[in-house]
Amino acid sequence: MSEAQKYVWKGAIPLQIHLHESEVTTLPPPPPALVLAPRIGYLPLLISLLKPHFSATLPPGVDTIWFEYKGLPLKWYIPTGVLFDLLCMEPERPWNLTVHFRGYPSNLLLPCEGEDSVKWSFINSLKEAAYVITGNCKNIMNMSQTDQADLWGSVLNGNLESYSRVSSKLKLETFEDEYTENVDSASTKSQQSTGDAEAVGQVKTSRIPVRLYLWTVNEDFDDFEDAPVIDNWDKVSYINRPVEIHKEDGKYFSLNDAVKRLLPEYFPESSFGNEGDASINQSAGEEGENSCDPESSSHTVEIAEIKCVRIQGIEPSLEVPFSWVVNNLMNPEYFLHMCVCLKVSEANALQ
Amino acid sequence: MDLKEAVKDKIPWDGTLPLNEFSLSASTFSDKWKMFNHSFPPWLWNPCPKHHLNSSHKVEGYLSLENVCLVKSCEEEKNHGSLSWKAESNISQAEEPFDHATLVCPEFEANHYDFHIVYSPSYRVPVLYFRSYYSDGQPLPLSEIEKDLPGHSAELLLESKWTFITQEEHPYLNRPWYKLHPCGTRDWMKLLLSDTYTSSNKNFIEQYLVSWFSVVGQVVGLKISLEMLNIEEKKLFETTASDIFE
Repeated sequence: MSEAQKYVWKGAIPLQIHLHESEVTTLPPPPPALVLAPRIGYLPLLISLLKPHFSATLPPGVDTIWFEYKGLPLKWYIPTGVLFDLLCMEPERPWNLTVHFRGYPSNLLLPCEGEDSVKWSFINSLKEAAYVITGNCKNIMNMSQTDQADLWGSVLNGNLESYSRVSSKLKLETFEDEYTENVDSASTKSQQSTGDAEAVGQVKTSRIPVRLYLWTVNEDFDDFEDAPVIDNWDKVSYINRPVEIHKEDGKYFSLNDAVKRLLPEYFPESSFGNEGDASINQSAGEEGENSCDPESSSHTVEIAEIKCVRIQGIEPSLEVPFSWVVNNLMNPEYFLHMCVCLKVSEANALQ
Repeated sequence: MDLKEAVKDKIPWDGTLPLNEFSLSASTFSDKWKMFNHSFPPWLWNPCPKHHLNSSHKVEGYLSLENVCLVKSCEEEKNHGSLSWKAESNISQAEEPFDHATLVCPEFEANHYDFHIVYSPSYRVPVLYFRSYYSDGQPLPLSEIEKDLPGHSAELLLESKWTFITQEEHPYLNRPWYKLHPCGTRDWMKLLLSDTYTSSNKNFIEQYLVSWFSVVGQVVGLKISLEMLNIEEKKLFETTASDIFE
C-alpha cells in the first residue's frame, strides 16, 4: 500500500445534488444534498444518502435513480472520479449534479437496478482486467463467495487495507513496484533488490488494462474554462484497449509512451506492431508526431499533440514511468482510467 | 513426413484473432456470406469515424447486419431449434423501413434484430452484439428476446444469466446493446480449429470469422450455409459444435 494509493482511496468529489424540478412536488423545494462521493465509487451507490433527503417530495412511483450534468445523462458504470475528471476539466467545487428518481432514459443508459448492477459491472470489469493480465478469468471465477463479498465491501466502504488483503490473493500484479517504500514491512527487502538491476522494474505481464476517454480539440486553449464543453457522449472516444508492453521497452517506459502506444492512429511511429504500410514520419519532437501518406497528393499533414492527461484528478508529468502510474493510480477493478485531450491540427508539410 | 506436421508451429495457437487481422477476416466473412447466404442482406463494414488523420493506418471498424426480421409463424419451428428469419433488403429498406416489414409479414409478429460483429482488444476475439425492437421501434425486453432464441440457448441463458448474454454499452455507439460474452470464445475456437491450424496457413486467419460465426450464429438462430466452411471445417463442425454447448 503506497502513500499514493492511500490518497487515491481517500479521494472524494464534493457534490451538490439537485433534484430535478419535474420531481419536486412540495413547496418550498428541498435544498440540494451535499455529498462527498468517493472517487473510486459509483454514483448510484449514493442512493442511500440521497433517498432520505428527497423522499418527502418525490412523486409516487418506483425509484430508478440516474444523474445528469448540464443535461448530459451520466454513465453510472464509470467511476465518479473519472466522470469528474472528464466532464469538469476546470474543477467545479462543489460539482453541481442533477438527480432523477423517475423517467430513466433506457434508450441512452444501461439499466441500473441498484447496488447489484453496480457490483456486477465491477466484477465484470475485474474479470476483463484479469483476462488482459493473465490470459484468463479463472482467478476471478474461482473466488470464494466470502472473498468476493469482502472485495466488493472494501470498495463500497473505501477500505484500502481490507481491499489489499483480498486483492493480493488474485495475483494480478502487472509491474514489480520498485518505487514504493513498503509501509508495512521492513524495507530491507526492497533495498536489497535494487542491487539486482534485472529484477527491479521487471515487467511481469505484457498487457496492461487501460480505459482511455479521449476528446480532441482543433484549437489551443489556455484555461480549461475555455475548453470545449462535452455535452454529448459522441464527443468522447471511449478506448478500451490494453497497453502492450514489449521486452525492449525497459523500465523507463513513460506515461507519454503509453498514451502514444494506445493511439497509433494519431501517433503512428510509436506503434511497434505496425505493419509494413506504416506511414513516413518527418520530425519527431516530444510534442507532436507527423504522419504523411505517401500516396496522398495532399500537402497538409495533421499533427496530434497531447494537451492533457488527467488521472485520479491529477496531471502527472508525462515522463513519469508508466509502471508507477499503473501501480499507484489504477482503480480497484485493476483498470487505469485516463482522460486525455489531444489537440489535432493541420499544418503544411515540409518540402 | 506429413506436410502438416512439418509446418506446424511449435507454439500452439491460443484461439485468438490478432487485431490487425480482423478487417481482413471480416471481408472474407462478408464476401462468403454474400455468395452463399442469398436469403439475407449482406454484412456491411462500418469504419469507425474516430480519427481522420492523413495516414495509411488501417481503419478500425465493425460488421453490421441490420433489420433482420424474425417471423414467428408457428410453434414447430421453435421446437426444432431453428428460427425462421426473414431478411429485409438493406437497399430498399432505406426508403420505407417498417412498411417493408409489414409487407413481408402481414399476419405475423415481427421482432427486428440488428447484429454487429465488433472486435474486442481485451479478449482478442470478435464479439456478437445485437439489439431487438418491435415494428414500432420500441426495444424488446430480454424476456422477449429469450423467447426468440433457439431452445438450447434459452437454457444456457437461464442457468448463468450474468455470464452469457449481457447488456453493455456498444463500444462505438453510446447505446445499450446486448452481447454474447466473449470470455469463453478463445477456448472453444481452439477446440474447433486447432487441428486445422498452421502458422503458414493464411487462409486460416481469413476463415476465423466464418468459423466463429458458425458457432455463435447458432446461439441466435442464424445458420450459415455450410458452403462457407471448407471441407475440414465441415467435418469438425459437425462433431464439435454440439460439444461446445454442453
